Amino acid sequence: MHIPDGFIDVPTSAAFVGLSAIGVGAALKGARTQLDDKTAPLAGLTAVFIFAVQMLNFPVVAGTSGHLIGAALAAVLVGPWAATLALTVVLLMQAFLFADGGLTALGLSVFNMSIISVWVGYAVFLLIKKILPKNKSSVAIAASIAAAISVPAAAFGFWIQYVIGATGTFSDSAVFTSMIGIHVLIGIGEAIITGLTVTAVLASRSDLVFGWKNNQKVLEIKNV
Amino acid sequence: MGERLYLHRHSIVHETASYLKVVAAIAFILVAVSTPITNWQAFIGYFIWVLVVAAIAKIPFTLLFKRALIEIPFIFFAILMPFFGSGERFVAGPFNLYREGLIAGAGIVVKGTLGVLTAIILSTSTTAREILRGLERLRLPALMVQIASFMLRYVNVVNDEMERMKVARDSRGFEATGLKHWRVLATAAGALFIRSYERGERVHLSMLSRGYEGVLPHDEVEKSKASSWFMVLTYPFVAVVILLATTLIGN
Repeated sequence: MHIPDGFIDVPTSAAFVGLSAIGVGAALKGARTQLDDKTAPLAGLTAVFIFAVQMLNFPVVAGTSGHLIGAALAAVLVGPWAATLALTVVLLMQAFLFADGGLTALGLSVFNMSIISVWVGYAVFLLIKKILPKNKSSVAIAASIAAAISVPAAAFGFWIQYVIGATGTFSDSAVFTSMIGIHVLIGIGEAIITGLTVTAVLASRSDLVFGWKNNQKVLEIKNV
Repeated sequence: MGERLYLHRHSIVHETASYLKVVAAIAFILVAVSTPITNWQAFIGYFIWVLVVAAIAKIPFTLLFKRALIEIPFIFFAILMPFFGSGERFVAGPFNLYREGLIAGAGIVVKGTLGVLTAIILSTSTTAREILRGLERLRLPALMVQIASFMLRYVNVVNDEMERMKVARDSRGFEATGLKHWRVLATAAGALFIRSYERGERVHLSMLSRGYEGVLPHDEVEKSKASSWFMVLTYPFVAVVILLATTLIGN
């Protein structure tokens, strides 16, 4: 469920296309320095993973269920650069192939989810990781707090766009309370799933987790 | 994925170059969203025109309608608008509605629907690979195109992998009913990540062994003739004509 065409006016949408292009351009550069020629296959498969995992339903209560959004999860698992690229590609494909999210609203969605959500999530992750002791469960806890905040952060991005260029008549404050309120709740779910998923990956292939990499002990070579 | 959405037919819409179609679709949506909703005659014209193009592209209306259901969540949002708002009120049957909210809500539904229908015509008449090639010609960075083509190539493989994991869970009597089952599902998500990532590494190695140096081999791009530009731009152009005609009549 993304922003449709005509929900935010054209000048605002166009401005956010520009902002998103700058952000994604920076991510392209960053990913190249981090992953080199591995960028395309790894970010591509991360995009596939995000796309697939969004179809995994987590039952909540009485027949309702939710799914992961995955911005913070991707940032912790593969690093923020590749995460931005993967989420952008997922949004592009959703809009062009599934008509999910308006084509003229793509700049808005990309800005909220692949830039704000990923980077706010990653910043929170780094911050919490610094405070906590250096072990695997701290990484999972930090990832889960990052996820909890990344979701309302995206909603906040939407709110800014709504304030600048709304075509609707809800008052700005009503949209703020309802959007942030709902997304804080969604964020709690996202936090639990992200924490559990990161724990699962850390248990078997901790070397793949970008957010854990700097903690690995380098093997010493001793001359005996 | 893209193959399941694409509907193979022979029509003038199918045969047009994909980048032209992308340009035409975005231009049409821009015209539609820039039209004030109070000019309702124009929107009737737009809807008729979209359906005419769908008919030319030989897309069954039932398919069009079924795939348009994706926008339902936002329709709910728009439906609430006449009930919560401010300003002038009026009574319609049992409801006491806000006039401005009603107009804005209708605008969101109508414009959103036009956008959705246009995107559906695009993805039903164009294969995913062609859309990607079209975006490449419209200067989407090469690396983004590569990432997206990896996504298209492996999405079915990874989905099948997820399906197999579900079968494995089901055959062990697992049924997800509530919060207590989240750990199992999240572990599955983690396993899916590891499998996707490892596949990415294998794909990268196999690319290297075939001489990959950061760029994919490229086909020659053929230039589109002026006539096909002209033809595809009738899509937004007719919308502009409708807009101008209704504005003049309205005055």
